[in-house]
Amino acid sequence: MSRLEQLVQTARLEVEDNEFAVARAWKAEEAGRACVGYFPVYVPAEVIWAAGALPVAVWGGGDKIEVELADARIQSFICSISRSTLELGLLGKLDFLEGMLFSSLCDVARNLSGVWARNFPGTYVDYLHYPQNLKSGAARGYYRDDLERLCGEVGKLTGRTPSDADLAAAIELYEEQRRLLRELSAVRCEEPWRLSLEELQILVRAAGRRDPRRHNAVLVEVLELLPQREVRQKDGVRVVLEGSFCEQPALELLRTLDQAHCFVVDSDLGRGLRWFKEPLSRCGDPWDDLVTAYFDHAEGSVVRHHSPSERSQRLVARARESRADGVMFCTAKFCEPAFYDFVLHKQALDRAGIPYLAVEFEEKMGSFESIRTQAETFAESILFFTEEEATA
Amino acid sequence: MNATFQHQGAGQKIQKELLNDWYQHLEDAPSRGEKVAYLFISGNIGELLQACGLHLVYPEVNALQCGIKKVAGPNILAAEDLGYSGDVCGYVKNDIGMMLGGNKMPHGTQLPKPDLLVCNYAGCATYLRWFEALAEFYDAEMVVIDVPYLRGMGGATKEEVKYVEDQLRELVVTCERITGQEFDPAAYERAIECTVKSEDLWVQVLESAKHTPSPIDAYFEAVFFMAPIYTMRGTQGCLDYYQAVAKEVQERLDMGMGPVAEEKVRIVIEGPPAWPHFRKFWEMFKKWGAVSVASTYSKVGGIWDLGFRHDVSRPFESMAEYMLGCYTNRNWGMRSELIRGYLEDYSADALVIHSVKSCRSFSVGQADLREQFILDFEGPTLFIDIDPSYPLYFAEALVKNRIYAIFVAL
Ligand code: SF4
Ligand code: SF4
Repeated sequence: MSRLEQLVQTARLEVEDNEFAVARAWKAEEAGRACVGYFPVYVPAEVIWAAGALPVAVWGGGDKIEVELADARIQSFICSISRSTLELGLLGKLDFLEGMLFSSLCDVARNLSGVWARNFPGTYVDYLHYPQNLKSGAARGYYRDDLERLCGEVGKLTGRTPSDADLAAAIELYEEQRRLLRELSAVRCEEPWRLSLEELQILVRAAGRRDPRRHNAVLVEVLELLPQREVRQKDGVRVVLEGSFCEQPALELLRTLDQAHCFVVDSDLGRGLRWFKEPLSRCGDPWDDLVTAYFDHAEGSVVRHHSPSERSQRLVARARESRADGVMFCTAKFCEPAFYDFVLHKQALDRAGIPYLAVEFEEKMGSFESIRTQAETFAESILFFTEEEATA
Repeated sequence: MNATFQHQGAGQKIQKELLNDWYQHLEDAPSRGEKVAYLFISGNIGELLQACGLHLVYPEVNALQCGIKKVAGPNILAAEDLGYSGDVCGYVKNDIGMMLGGNKMPHGTQLPKPDLLVCNYAGCATYLRWFEALAEFYDAEMVVIDVPYLRGMGGATKEEVKYVEDQLRELVVTCERITGQEFDPAAYERAIECTVKSEDLWVQVLESAKHTPSPIDAYFEAVFFMAPIYTMRGTQGCLDYYQAVAKEVQERLDMGMGPVAEEKVRIVIEGPPAWPHFRKFWEMFKKWGAVSVASTYSKVGGIWDLGFRHDVSRPFESMAEYMLGCYTNRNWGMRSELIRGYLEDYSADALVIHSVKSCRSFSVGQADLREQFILDFEGPTLFIDIDPSYPLYFAEALVKNRIYAIFVAL
């Protein structure tokens, strides 16, 4: 196994580890450390880190868990990530977390905060309300206050009150991480055969699990090794994948897409970890910088209210920027926000003449054959259409 | 009707007239050059928008009317043809389906297009997605009034109230631009005064169910009783209505009359009704002499029985407080405490949780609520799931069996 493969393999094991051994070990290293989990999509990780805790993305149990205990508490017609996350908690696999955060993402995520509070009475459970009226003159101030409130709550777990300089340093650290992840995504976009979608996803998701300093070092090394990788250029179509901002598809599903020659060159996989489309603007006040990040730098996504049609226009723009041949909606079963977006997006894509395919997934899927067939047919139809156009 | 009853049915008659009037005015609004705002029920700000000179459309009310008139099915299918999933909120699909079919209500009213979409986002994230879609389809302006979901058990904080209040003041400026007319603060205050009186009467009606036997069914009847307070609050018509209903209820109390011949079981119901099967569903309870003495759905637009009132001396601030406090904007800790309080205060024997598949604002957390009440509550807890606006989802025999099982046990 090459060094590059080793790095990815280690990250894979950590991402798939429902015991969260790495976060547990991190906490045990020093007294006073705490771990704060968060349900998707986004969390201002900088605030948590500055207050001395590790933000841990708790994004479901993937295909490694059977939902049994949670079945009595969340009905079967709700998305699998909410059910398997609760299952992890009920199985005691999250007992190392001092806190757990939920947000205004959707009614499921929001209501889950209450279910969590009842089932885990000793844990600090919080709900973060991300402003949805971005035009209001009061929204930024409200959000800033809430960030400070969050900081105070996490500080109670660690006994630390971070200074502005601590927060600025945390922003620096996560900005570096986002820059590295953007670079990694750019490699994938330019030469999809150099970095598989599965590998990219593993490295993105590991960012939600690890000490950011450690993961940044890994990303730097991966980026150094990638250009030397021996690869063969492959034929396929380029697609933007949309709809996997919250529940994450199985790695096998992503592998299937590569095998079907559907090269995902841009996606909203792991959206919360790479939500900002550009480096954050900095004003000297780190709190305001985080506010600006949410208000001004967030990529169009149903995670936040954008002015109507802005999200669809951004999807079209992203398809163009990444020179994609089509868009693939890869939506978690029962994910209502993604379903709403789908209708508006597909109309925008129709207008822009961009072909699309819609598939649904669940954390635990028996087989990916149907998705493989659909992806292959989609790729072939695009190739056929392009050839037709070329000969016409 | 027995000659000794003088007030029975009076409310219903007034409500019918009010609604006819309302829809007539609405339909004619564009021809008079008047502007129309669409808004939601939970935490609605009807008084404020009317004082801005806007006519109001409540798409949720349209959806439930289509549901109850059993015409939701084709609307929903039309929306699904457009690409909406079978798993999204039936109300949204009904509304979009109705729009695609020309925006005509089942009783014939031609609904005008929105000049402004006011997304009073209080407690349901679907609200955002719903109006984002309408903004796109109608090419209409959309404003979100962002109402933070309550955390903890202490109610809204000063900061949250201030945040919402500031947005309401900003909205007034937008409305003035849309209507080209100035906001009338005196009209707003008059409306709030009227609102407070209606609120007092509404609470009186709800609390009449503390009496044994209860003179009202606080779910199956209350969903009709609640219509004016959620759609026409602040109008004289609304106040007239509650005055009539209060008399009606008082008369029932005086006569010892209730919604069933003999009250045998008192229940609290959580969750929205199954509109297309409303009568059938009610019959299943009536058959056992079961009367709902309190419900959460009748609080979906606002909660007054815990003491909140709009306040004419603080019309914007109290409106913000109202929005923050409505039922679905409360976390599950607060909701379950409310339900527990109802079970006690209304001497109820059982809790019925009605889970609606496509309404996650209610349904996520209801199964956990059942777990909680099975452990903590001495009476039985019945859990039923149906979809409110989708006729195909009603498994009548199953529902009947479950209801049978619980009442036999009681
Ligand atoms: S998968 Fe969709 S519905 Fe489920 S929690 Fe995430 S955003 Fe909400
Ligand atoms: S999800 Fe429920 S509360 Fe929200 S709009 Fe639909 S029916 Fe209403």
